[in-house]
Amino acid sequence: MSIDIKTANIEPVRLTFDHLEARIGKGKSATRYQEAVHDFQMTQNFHYRPTWEPEMELFDVRRTKIQLDDFDALTDPRQYYYGPYTIQRAKQQDNADSNFALIEKRKLFATMSGEWTDKIRRLIVPLRHVEWGANTNNTYLSGYGYGAPFTSAALMHAMDRLGIAQYLTRLALAVNGQDPVILDEGKALWLDDPLWQPLRRLVEDAMVQKDWFELHVLQNLLQDSQLVPLAFVHFDEAVGATGNVAFTLGTEFMREWFNESSRWVDATIKTASSAKPENRQLLNDWVALWWPRVQEAVAPLVLAAFGAEASAVSGALTAALNLRLGKLGLEAVA
Amino acid sequence: MAEKKLGLKEKYQLMTRGLDWETTYQPMDKVFPYDKYEGIKIKDWDKWEDPFRLTMDAYWKYQAEKERKLYAILDSFSQNNGQLNISDARYLTALKIWMQGITPAEYNSHRGFCMVGRQFRGAGARVACQMQALDELRHAQTQIHAFSHYNKHFGGFHQAMHMRDRAWYLSIPKSFFEDAMTAGPFEFVTSISFAFEYVLTNLLFMPFVSGAAYNGDMATTTFGFSAQSDESRHMTLGLEVVKFVLEQHEDNVPIMQRYIDKWFWRGYRLLALVGVMMDYMLPRKVMSWAEAWGIYWEENGTALFNDLARYGIKPPKYHEIATAEKNHITHQAWAVFYTACPATGFHAWLPQEYELDWLSEKYGSTFDRYYRPRFAEFARIEREGGRFYTNRLPLVCQTCQVPDFFTEVDNPMKQSIRQYEWQGMKYNFCSDGCRDIFAHEPEKFCQAYIPPQQIYQGNAGGARTLPEYAAWLKCEFGKDSGEYYTSEDYARWKAMHGGNDTTPSSAAA
Repeated sequence: MSIDIKTANIEPVRLTFDHLEARIGKGKSATRYQEAVHDFQMTQNFHYRPTWEPEMELFDVRRTKIQLDDFDALTDPRQYYYGPYTIQRAKQQDNADSNFALIEKRKLFATMSGEWTDKIRRLIVPLRHVEWGANTNNTYLSGYGYGAPFTSAALMHAMDRLGIAQYLTRLALAVNGQDPVILDEGKALWLDDPLWQPLRRLVEDAMVQKDWFELHVLQNLLQDSQLVPLAFVHFDEAVGATGNVAFTLGTEFMREWFNESSRWVDATIKTASSAKPENRQLLNDWVALWWPRVQEAVAPLVLAAFGAEASAVSGALTAALNLRLGKLGLEAVA
Repeated sequence: MAEKKLGLKEKYQLMTRGLDWETTYQPMDKVFPYDKYEGIKIKDWDKWEDPFRLTMDAYWKYQAEKERKLYAILDSFSQNNGQLNISDARYLTALKIWMQGITPAEYNSHRGFCMVGRQFRGAGARVACQMQALDELRHAQTQIHAFSHYNKHFGGFHQAMHMRDRAWYLSIPKSFFEDAMTAGPFEFVTSISFAFEYVLTNLLFMPFVSGAAYNGDMATTTFGFSAQSDESRHMTLGLEVVKFVLEQHEDNVPIMQRYIDKWFWRGYRLLALVGVMMDYMLPRKVMSWAEAWGIYWEENGTALFNDLARYGIKPPKYHEIATAEKNHITHQAWAVFYTACPATGFHAWLPQEYELDWLSEKYGSTFDRYYRPRFAEFARIEREGGRFYTNRLPLVCQTCQVPDFFTEVDNPMKQSIRQYEWQGMKYNFCSDGCRDIFAHEPEKFCQAYIPPQQIYQGNAGGARTLPEYAAWLKCEFGKDSGEYYTSEDYARWKAMHGGNDTTPSSAAA
């Protein structure tokens, strides 16, 4: 049984906008995601060349070597527009808040062994700056990329990285009894400790890359595929094995976020790779170009975290990346 | 170890500051290549006061709450055919122009803030711009969602994304935002955050959101209220930008003064579209353009610039001209829209008797003398079964791209036209303000895409006549454009109301 409610029925004269009808066909309703992203970016009749890059139009497909007939094909499988994005993150922050409250109430870091809190200071806290670099790079993608579906998701990804940097700040303060000196120490490591320099050099080199899709591959696929699971899966498992859950609680956001946002990263790269053989070649070249740099940057951190177990962890990280590359139609790395 | 207690402000500082660093493997000037060429000197980015003071998790939390409420109302609006409750379908012309011109501008603003969110080397400024970039994305997306239901029942919305890059009157907002985005990062934030969002924002929001409220448009009103707290943050950013830059170095003062002069004038010209919305498109009136200008510029603007005087900043050049024009421009603009509406994506009409009386009352010094007789003449033609349409597109100003309807401030019968010659070419302008802007950056403004000229050069799908041009815009006469009272919108609106004409007979809500 259902309850029947009569309302005024007024027949619509059309179901959606012309620009969406051209994409989804006549007589169909568009989703709010489709309305929110498609064809928003202007494509023609630009008035002025940028004073900061006069050789290009304001929005210009030539800012990447990747070629697509329709850059709006780079859609987000999560179908995030502003509403679902903020609502999803708000749920996760609610959860993170409770986790941090529990850490503080039970003083969970106070009961963690010095060996592990030292490792967090040396190997986790400086990642705040890596996340800031990821924020910088994704903001570049959002500003200079092409097509609203991609660039809007890139901005959300950029803000996520700022959020992660802030969660790491909160974690660091919890480790150190809320004394911010731990942040200064972490920054000093980032700037001067030889352990971190290959990674800092990679992050800074990434910041000057002009091709936005290459930067997407370098930052969001290659670098993140190694560093994020290293810190928040493998390292977390090792801390968790000691019986202390503080680190696990404080980093739950990062694990959820990585699994979720990798779907976006993979979908965009797969779309580009399957669109044209030239794109696939280009993507393979970029992976081959940057992979040794990523390895060089991550290896010292794996070694410092895992010692004798380092090669097993490195192997697992590479294997996970290769599984993804295979699904994207790209060649495996060694 | 004893737990340290951190204050809220201190906690916020730790969350946003100190994440950045001075790069050494790549030079800072290569990492941030665009924030010096304007000549603005920043000695200490740490003096930047973060206007939002929001960590990301707080941002997500507050904004998600607003989104939940907004979409609950938008869902209810479409489920219950909320379009039935608007004052009159003439009101939709305001929404159509909004969707065609301002929603794309919100998107451009989003992209511009993404760009400067990458360009500034100061971390605090970057984060503030990134958050505003996300807010502006919100506004573009919530607006298309709010308009989506109207699109199902009325003309003029469905082709908006197609018209946006092409139509002559949409070149006004398009060129405005592209001018800002193609400028350096300091000029961009001064133009959008300060001139537009701080100095002129109430003049934009008042007619749109209050107009929606007065005219029974729940979808737009709800969006507007939901965006209000975002806008307050943006205004704070606008003022912070200007004060920060002025405090950093005295050499910045003349550069900022030029930006303020330029963007006040460009913003004011863009608002001509909004003024005409207030005076002519809202069946229920909120206030007149002249009244709004009096409150939001003459009073509030004067107070603001008194405050900025201590930095050596003067009120924007030509602001007296803008004030002197306040009793004229909306009437002149509506006459253009009335006669050229077959080449647009909206309907126009002659004001009803109650509206003519309202205009006479609000514009005692000008309306009866200069403009009411013009509308009376159009009415005579209509009574005789005609409808006066122009057969050519108006010429537009090379800088602001507004049609050439402006008159001299000391003689409303004389058209205001200025010329400037550059590299052997003559360029036409609506005013001294627009001519000065061109003269300062001729190599930029000579590039402008001027729609009427493009038509004559055959770049509008080969269109030679106004109906051909409208077809190129995907606007169908009677469905999307032309006279309101013979349009399908009007017929459909009457059908929704049992065949009755619901045109209001008074200006009061």
